[in-house]
Amino acid sequence: MPMKSFPKPSDLAVPAGAEGWEEIYPYYLVFQDALRDAEDQKFWFCDSQHWPTVFKPFETIGGEFAVKCLGQYNARHLLIPNADGIEFRVHLGYLYMSPIPVAPEKIAARLPEFERRIGHYFQNWDSMLEQWKIKVRATIDEMESLTFAKLPDKVPMEDILSGKAKDGSEVLLENYDRLIQLAYQNWQYHFEFLNLGYIAYLDFFNYCKEVFPDIPDQSIAMMVQGVDMELFRPDDELKTLAHLAVELGLQEQFNAPHEVTATLEGITGASGGERWIARYEEAKDPWFNFTVGNGFYGHDKYWKDHQDIPLGYIADYIRRLDAGESIMRPKEALIEEKERVIGEYRDFLDTESAAMFDAKRGLAATAYPYVENHNFYIEHWTMGVFWRKVRELSRMMYAEGFWPEPDDLLYLNRNEVRDALFDLVTGWGVGAPQGPIGPYHWPAIIERRRKIVSALKTARPAPALNTPPESITEPFTRMLWGITTEQVQQWLGNDESTGDGIRGMAASAGTVEGYARVIHDADQLSEIQQDEILVATITAPSWGPVFGKISATVTDIGGMMSHAAIVCREYGLPAVTGTGNASTTIKTGQYLRVNGATGEVEILTPPVQGPGAHSHQHVEAPA
Amino acid sequence: MQTDPLLQFFDDGGTADLSRLGGKGMSLVTMTDAGMPVPPGFIVTTAAYDLFIDQAHIREDIHRLLDGLDPSLPAEVDNVSAEIREEICSRPVPEALRESTRSGYDSLQSRFPQTVPVAVRSSATAEDLPDASFAGQQDTYLWLCSFADVSEHIRKCWASLYTSRAIIYRLKNGIPEDDLSMGVVVQKMVNARVAGVAMTLDPGNGDRSKITIDASYGLGETVVSGTVTPDHLKLDKVTLSVVSQHIGAKQMELIPDAGSKTLHEHPVEAERRDRLCLTPEELTTVATMAKRAEKHYGLPQDVEWALDADLPAGENLMLLQARPETVHANRAPGEPAPTAAISGAIDLSSLTASMLKNFT
Repeated sequence: MPMKSFPKPSDLAVPAGAEGWEEIYPYYLVFQDALRDAEDQKFWFCDSQHWPTVFKPFETIGGEFAVKCLGQYNARHLLIPNADGIEFRVHLGYLYMSPIPVAPEKIAARLPEFERRIGHYFQNWDSMLEQWKIKVRATIDEMESLTFAKLPDKVPMEDILSGKAKDGSEVLLENYDRLIQLAYQNWQYHFEFLNLGYIAYLDFFNYCKEVFPDIPDQSIAMMVQGVDMELFRPDDELKTLAHLAVELGLQEQFNAPHEVTATLEGITGASGGERWIARYEEAKDPWFNFTVGNGFYGHDKYWKDHQDIPLGYIADYIRRLDAGESIMRPKEALIEEKERVIGEYRDFLDTESAAMFDAKRGLAATAYPYVENHNFYIEHWTMGVFWRKVRELSRMMYAEGFWPEPDDLLYLNRNEVRDALFDLVTGWGVGAPQGPIGPYHWPAIIERRRKIVSALKTARPAPALNTPPESITEPFTRMLWGITTEQVQQWLGNDESTGDGIRGMAASAGTVEGYARVIHDADQLSEIQQDEILVATITAPSWGPVFGKISATVTDIGGMMSHAAIVCREYGLPAVTGTGNASTTIKTGQYLRVNGATGEVEILTPPVQGPGAHSHQHVEAPA
Repeated sequence: MQTDPLLQFFDDGGTADLSRLGGKGMSLVTMTDAGMPVPPGFIVTTAAYDLFIDQAHIREDIHRLLDGLDPSLPAEVDNVSAEIREEICSRPVPEALRESTRSGYDSLQSRFPQTVPVAVRSSATAEDLPDASFAGQQDTYLWLCSFADVSEHIRKCWASLYTSRAIIYRLKNGIPEDDLSMGVVVQKMVNARVAGVAMTLDPGNGDRSKITIDASYGLGETVVSGTVTPDHLKLDKVTLSVVSQHIGAKQMELIPDAGSKTLHEHPVEAERRDRLCLTPEELTTVATMAKRAEKHYGLPQDVEWALDADLPAGENLMLLQARPETVHANRAPGEPAPTAAISGAIDLSSLTASMLKNFT
């Protein structure tokens, strides 16, 4: 079959109103005219798993730091024998990646170095991971201490007396630089163990595929995945708080959880309320450093800053407890099932192979939980603090007249922000009568960029660019992004699947029928009704509380190890991930059959039309 | 049940003795003991065969005819085969034996409100042994509706010990004729809506973490004999999830005709051909049963099963036969079949192994 191609970058139409979009991003992030031939030779896939929507200029920081640091560990720290890092570009607002293979003749020379380096980590896993937590925590604490206060009218007298001889603007500049550096630092730490976690997992994965050809990926995942992971802790904390509220008889205090202050005051005043509040405060730090998104966007809402979100979930859990439901995850049953699965596979092997199986599984089970747990420390906690500090700075400069809306700093890239800051401290420092230049410079540019960003958002990204290779073999691309030869074929329409069904990865087994609830934005999560099937572009870890409510998940993006897949296995729900188009094909209210063991999703009824289509009422299922 | 040396019901608690029951009969008794859903029935034991041969005084004739027979001369073997079988089928059955069989048949029928058709199958002592795979060397007669029919076909089963193929097989494999005997299984016919075979490994590569299932409409004989292309599914044995599936053509089904009490071949209509003949729930039930059979025997199994149209869902799965899978079973468990290298994967095997020496 002749291989079809994806469009070239230059083939993609620029959405009307987005002309000149290249100029809003740093020069090195866009495809280069001078490199066009070389860039067109490479296969680029869109990472809409992490970056599902268009970058505002400042937001490229997450993509740049993450993908750069991922690559440095492959190419420079660990010397992964067959994979260097990943080149990346922003095209029409979306992030495209191209993994860099290692030339076959260079692989052998890297093996001994690779072995020494990963050997050191695997042999010292626990102590090094302990160190990791300490240094990541120190980064967060320092970031938390940074301030972006308005500069005073005059230098305080004590600074005159002490001979300090600085006006305080240096703190603003240093703190901004430090904020960026600290974010960069934790992104470097982010990948210190991540690639290793995947290596150990892949090693076990490949061994399983060798001794049990066609073993479902799900089984392998299940055998190494932790049942009690830190990433589930925020949700578990909410459940504990709901139980405590019921125990203390505080249910009626949760009638209007969106009124945060009133709700918390009401609880404090109620009998037993102080005990609950103390427990709530304990849970908040650090577990409410949890975003409804994925940590990569300035618009992400964190529980800590939007306590109506966790309070709403707690209220929901309380309702379910009062209705006699059990809200805790069936941990014992999950552990028992995991042990059964491990034991049965192991019993198929002879003594020698079983020893190998145990060793590889043991390593993977030790290293793999990091792959989930780090997410809380970096994407949620670090980035939660980071974006709060960015907003603090943006609002201070907004107050100085730099931009029309409080969070408009996001329309500058991070190096432009530094220019603007120097402009601010200069205008202030010299006492310029009209103040800094920024307020005369940025508003018009920001308005133009705002239009460009909204215009770019009107188009979905191409799944990939240029001609794909014969087969996709680079292990991380397959593991992290679920970019497989079959997936690429499906995007190209070369796969043999027929009919109207939607296909994706068989991410968590089980078959379920139910009504679809299509979620395009975390703000819609409250619309989800009991036993509906969640259909979304992608899910986030903080959506945990809705997983207790839904009966299955279907996503556009993500592989076996995507969040939706992991959480669904954890909650025992069927999941189909990486369908490409489920959230745009399926409409809320349609009756679906989801088969998480085959990756098939069938639409059994047309969408409900007219009144009720978007309400919580459902037509009865066909008999 | 009284103890009758000539006859043993699957469920009368008698011992599962290969030399007395034959391979198939022993397997049915063992399965019944293990609580596996075997259609009820009994075995006419090898003692019955011996009694028949002795009282008919044909043992000498058989010895004489087989003596010095050259397996490489098919025409000669055919002549000998025909002669022995004619001898067996033409001799009268001793009265005691006839009475024993008759009471067994009546006793079986008394379990149902109306007469049910039965199957008569040979149960040779040399068949189905783990190191001498010879399934299909003996005969099966289906849908017999009267004692006269049953009685006649029991003799046919005995005679099937001496088909040309069986004679040649034994000569070539050095299986002695002296101890040769044959049990015969009489068993309630399953009114199969869907039937087939399940193996508790992947016969393609010996992978023991899989269950492979072939299934088609009607009686399973079409699947076993290869006269239809069945649905073919491969399941993971641990999670019972479907790893791969192929929808077979299932051109026709062999079904009983209630009026004429005979079997008919019917073409299968397109709608039923185009989908799997098993629902996901039925598939899980079949796989679970196969897995239980393997666990019971401690060896990979080749299981014949059927869904009985007369029984309610949940109770309709019938295990017709389980025997050790003989092609791969002699390999050490878990010894992986040769598979193609997984392209693009990092081969960390040796690295990780060495690394793990110090890793706890």
